[in-house]
Amino acid sequence: MSIAEVDKPRAATAPVVKRGETEALVSGSEAVAHALRLADVDVITAFPIRPYDTVMQYVSKLIADGEFDCDFIVAESEHSQFEIAKHASAVGARAFCGSSGVGWLYAFEAIAVTAGLRLPLVAMVGNRALDDPGAFGTEHNDALAVRDLGWLLCWVDTAQEALDTTLIAYRVAEDHRVFLPCAINCDGAFLTHSQAIVKLPSKDLVNSFLPRYDRGDKRLHPDNPVTIAPQVNEDWLMEMRRQNDLAARRSRDVLIEAYAEFNAKFGRGGEPFIERYMMDDAEVALVGMGTLAMPVRVAVRNLRKQGKKVGFVRIRWFRPFPSPELQEALAGVKAVGVIDRDYAFGSPLMGGVLATDVRSALYPAKDRPKVVSFIAGLGGREISTDNVVEMAETLFDAARGAAVMEQDSYWYGVRE
Amino acid sequence: MATGSVEIIYRGVFQKTLAKNICREIVFAARKRGKVGITFSRYSDSPERNGIPAKQFAVVADTDEEMEEYLSRYEPGNNDATVVCDDTLCKGIESWGWNGVQPINGLLKANGTLLVTSTRSPNSLIRDIHRKGAPYDLAIIKAPASFSGMWVYRDDHTDVRVLGALAKVAPNVVTLDSLVAAINEPKKDDAKTASAKRAYDEVTSTKVDANQGNEAIPVKFELPHMSQMEECLVVRGEHVSEQAPGWQGGYRPGRNPVFKKFSTRSMRPVINFDTCTKCSFCWLQCPDSVFNVAPDGYYDPDMEACCGCGICKEVCPVADCVTMVGEEAFTDHQSQWELWKKDDKKYAEWLAEKQESEVTRSHGLHHVGQYAEEIAAEEKRP
Repeated sequence: MSIAEVDKPRAATAPVVKRGETEALVSGSEAVAHALRLADVDVITAFPIRPYDTVMQYVSKLIADGEFDCDFIVAESEHSQFEIAKHASAVGARAFCGSSGVGWLYAFEAIAVTAGLRLPLVAMVGNRALDDPGAFGTEHNDALAVRDLGWLLCWVDTAQEALDTTLIAYRVAEDHRVFLPCAINCDGAFLTHSQAIVKLPSKDLVNSFLPRYDRGDKRLHPDNPVTIAPQVNEDWLMEMRRQNDLAARRSRDVLIEAYAEFNAKFGRGGEPFIERYMMDDAEVALVGMGTLAMPVRVAVRNLRKQGKKVGFVRIRWFRPFPSPELQEALAGVKAVGVIDRDYAFGSPLMGGVLATDVRSALYPAKDRPKVVSFIAGLGGREISTDNVVEMAETLFDAARGAAVMEQDSYWYGVRE
Repeated sequence: MATGSVEIIYRGVFQKTLAKNICREIVFAARKRGKVGITFSRYSDSPERNGIPAKQFAVVADTDEEMEEYLSRYEPGNNDATVVCDDTLCKGIESWGWNGVQPINGLLKANGTLLVTSTRSPNSLIRDIHRKGAPYDLAIIKAPASFSGMWVYRDDHTDVRVLGALAKVAPNVVTLDSLVAAINEPKKDDAKTASAKRAYDEVTSTKVDANQGNEAIPVKFELPHMSQMEECLVVRGEHVSEQAPGWQGGYRPGRNPVFKKFSTRSMRPVINFDTCTKCSFCWLQCPDSVFNVAPDGYYDPDMEACCGCGICKEVCPVADCVTMVGEEAFTDHQSQWELWKKDDKKYAEWLAEKQESEVTRSHGLHHVGQYAEEIAAEEKRP
């Protein structure tokens, strides 16, 4: 494929085939491993760190059981693991990698260049608090560290969503209009170590949705003499950054297309970017990512039973950031509370990463709501339904015009 | 609302497959009854640490919303049954954060069933189990701590026996019919079905009163508040020079006073000080610096620091100096060296008695050829 063709949309995909789904009891990590099998990934690299390692364990099992054939390479560190996967992607192999917490950061150099090189590697991050202190529990700061580099980032809530989103991730990342890496975030323990019944689609159905990875004439191969990533300076770099920026922008439309087709073919998948829960007539809304959705939904239901008009928006895709969707979903809402399972010390809101972005996205909105930052559940601490009810009460206060902290954050669950 | 849940408490790595298999069948059996099932781990690392106390829960609900409500807590309390896969855990369970000991029946609902796989008598288990403050039933499935399904260990039907018994004692979690249906998918298995049904028919339980059991207050550790914590992640250790009376001249490593281990181990070393040559190998090789150096140069394992790995026994060059003894033989954590100093004759009797409970099957690879020996020994059992 010539460079001129790269920006063109791809041809329509194959027609709908019979679903032929089976069911399995698997964890979020195991669901990702099944998606890798279904996507027929060519190269998987691994280096253990909890909780991501549950993926590599299960991939090994699928290979040992004869259900999956791929090059499974156990590297000597996270850095090498991501380098190997990156190079595999450059030569035209569909590749997968993953890590957690400081393991992900140890690979940071390789992770950064993967986006710079526009290589469509798909990774799973089993979200884990950054050491020190050594902690296994979930925090989103590990993956959020790469938020500005061009990586597509999403957070999933269930094992089924982990499987489905992995398939969508390959399709979007490998689309020639995008060619960007994608990280699927699964909350450590809550999702990586919980097993639920998951629908496993047939390989035929997956094949009809997900074409083979085609690197085109950008493929690194002796028959295709190219130089990738030469040394450049100020006279070249800015154009390259702008290309990367445009690719990140184009990913929005590609995601929308992918979800439309996924919904049509698989009969599930939902809305791209965000999930709306009881938002129809909501006066106040909570916003968050990942498995904290569970206590939030329970609390929202309980508050609704008392006639309190509260809703919830779960952000599924953090990069590209769903600014238009949030502006639309939160229009008319008087106060928005963003629950961050992360921290951004010294940031504009003295609050969370997500709260900062949500407020920024809503700033140009007509009748913009108040945006309040809540920090909770760090290190995997429980976010209780009582916590969420308290957050909602703060939002109702804000909606009534009472003074709430808008330039600071509310921390929940700290033993002061 | 009809939600049912079971807590499976097991030894990390060795019984992970067993716990997983039990939970899997509960979820599939729930599916057979048109209910929703889910299962998740707590306290378990991945890969798990050898023998660490770990938990897996299985929850069954009528609807997704009920399930969500139930799961929106970190750890479900009020479980219909608690299954204990290794009876040494009856002394309590410690989370990986070492936040003290949680009574084994702590998350069991009043009048629920504590189901233990054990070859011990109910009274001997009740001696170890903390008082609940509410009545409950104790049911025993006659079986040693099973490694069923792990690696090369043979499937010994412990999973279906536990499940069959659960169908009897916790029918809102799993029913016999749905269980039998789940066991026979995807492959029909008459032997497993028979084992499950037999366990269902034969399981009996003992009523345990609210105030029956170990009256000791479980070791508790108050989590400090932010204002009490030191800045910069500093946690003070015990100062080496501040030693217990009678220990002047010896040496104890400066241990963290809050990170203690009790039920983590399934066995502990006992020392024959009469044959000890003070070679120091145990002291050098212990991965947790468990050995205190007594003033007279002997090595005394600290039972608030030992995780029972057995390395001290492996490295000891003297045949009968270190013996690994099952935890069921102990009710305290006292210093062996102090006992011996006080009365060496009495200590010799104590030692001989404890050595009768020597553990031959370790929680971990003990030596090459161990598996073959264990199988041979098991086959010789009556």
